[in-house]
Amino acid sequence: MRADVSGHEVLKVTAGKTRCSSISEPPFFRALLISLALLFIGMFLVMPLTAVFLQAFEKGAMAYFAAISETDTLAAVRLTLLTAVIVVPLNLIFGVLAAWAISKFQFFGKNILITFIDLPFAVSPVIAGLIFVILFGLHGLLGPWLMSQNIRIIFAVPGIVLATLFITVPFVARELIPLMQEQGTEEEEAALVLGAGGWKTFFRVTLPNIKWGLIYGVILCSARTIGEFGAVSVVSGHIRGKTLTLPLQVEILYNEYNFSAAFAVASLLTLMALAAMAAKNFVEWKSGRQR
Amino acid sequence: MKKKNRGILPGFGFTIGCTMAYLSLIILIPLSTILIKTTGLGWDQFLETVTSPRVVASYKLSFSSALAAAGINSIFGLIVAWVLVRYRFPFRKVIDGLVDLPFALPTSVAGIVLTTMYAENGLIGRYLEAIGVKVAFTPLGITIALIFIGLPFVVRTVQPVLQDLEPELEETAAILGANRVQTFLKVLLPGLLPAMTTGFALAFARGLGEYGSVVFISGNMPMRTEIVPLLIVTKLEQFDLPGAAAIATVMLVASFIFLLIINLLQWWSGRYRRTA
Repeated sequence: MRADVSGHEVLKVTAGKTRCSSISEPPFFRALLISLALLFIGMFLVMPLTAVFLQAFEKGAMAYFAAISETDTLAAVRLTLLTAVIVVPLNLIFGVLAAWAISKFQFFGKNILITFIDLPFAVSPVIAGLIFVILFGLHGLLGPWLMSQNIRIIFAVPGIVLATLFITVPFVARELIPLMQEQGTEEEEAALVLGAGGWKTFFRVTLPNIKWGLIYGVILCSARTIGEFGAVSVVSGHIRGKTLTLPLQVEILYNEYNFSAAFAVASLLTLMALAAMAAKNFVEWKSGRQR
Repeated sequence: MKKKNRGILPGFGFTIGCTMAYLSLIILIPLSTILIKTTGLGWDQFLETVTSPRVVASYKLSFSSALAAAGINSIFGLIVAWVLVRYRFPFRKVIDGLVDLPFALPTSVAGIVLTTMYAENGLIGRYLEAIGVKVAFTPLGITIALIFIGLPFVVRTVQPVLQDLEPELEETAAILGANRVQTFLKVLLPGLLPAMTTGFALAFARGLGEYGSVVFISGNMPMRTEIVPLLIVTKLEQFDLPGAAAIATVMLVASFIFLLIINLLQWWSGRYRRTA
């Protein structure tokens, strides 16, 4: 979703007041459309965003900081970060490998491969959790064997990692494939002809070219990893202090009618989301690309 | 022979091998277990499970609320994209950045905040309650949650197309005597339609599978406010793995058909943008 050079110029020409009246709308109609858009955004984005922080601080700053420094919450922070530290690098490496194979070579079945990479986007998060319960759960296909070996995957950290891996497989690959397809293979070929090895070509030529796309993908992947709820909730078992990630901690606190604590934890996740969006906008600005 | 076709770049075998292995381990083998578990049921029992009244009620609810939410998002998404691209007003950049919030915000956070806002005594709920409209714990609440979740899709698919539209097109229409309404309906809208449809399909597909933001606001009453993903979780909690797998199979088939439609649409809109 990025515009080419001509897109930039068109935008400048069409921007605001430079449009002549015959191809623009009357002022009252403009005002009406802007109000409608603001009303919609206000109701669905600004109000929920504000409400999270209002509810979080409802019982004052002391209660807020008490809630976010509680042992269970800190355990949830640790588990969420642990999951991200495992999941994001794995999907990053996968994304680069898959994008290299898909964008630099022609082979049969490429489109099917891309569709497989996209699959997690089309699958409900609940199903993503379900498949690992079927595979590794107590009544699952490998359950009895795992039981005899005393290995726990479901209702434990490995299950949470697996479900999150499944959900976030496409993020880095999806960003890199179109980018590397656009860049073609000439630069790499030149490097090889000049005597560089395969790895050297990748690190000196390809990597600098895909740097921003890579960072962009990592930001999206991290945000989803930290925030994933549906898939993780199915495999987690909701054991306090052990298998609760932050989004699950929010759910538990809320269902216990501990609303202000739930919103305090939710506010942490909201700050994370805002930081991810700011980082994403920064990368877009830095790489000079438009959505 | 194959080597010649692939040029001089190294690493094809290594990268394709790793890609296939990873995809198989993380996605394909786990997904196939759903089919294995479902076939364990037998055809009759499968049909009985996926057509029981409670399950059918959940299909209807999931389908209709996702459809309604995607429809509302298409209209307002077009307005938001239009306003962001064409007009200048205060906070435009901030709003442009904010549109992605539903992608970045964890769904459980969205769920609890929307429920609190639309509950009887909530920020918006108390005014709606006064005029006799109940949102939380009704299908209307589910639709609201799905509007939030699907909001960025239409905006982000329509925005780049609007930016690429050349003003000559509209100037020509104006010179030839068309008024603004005619120009919009006959010149602009046909060019925007493929992107709008893609955005609609993406928002709809996301809405069908959505779980986190909906479970809080829906109240989860069987036959009334129970969505399909929730039913899968309920079956799972009752240790009815084959039942959960059967419903999941129906959902997967529906999603695959949708994925196919989306890919066709994207191909169509891509073609349209090249020729336009």
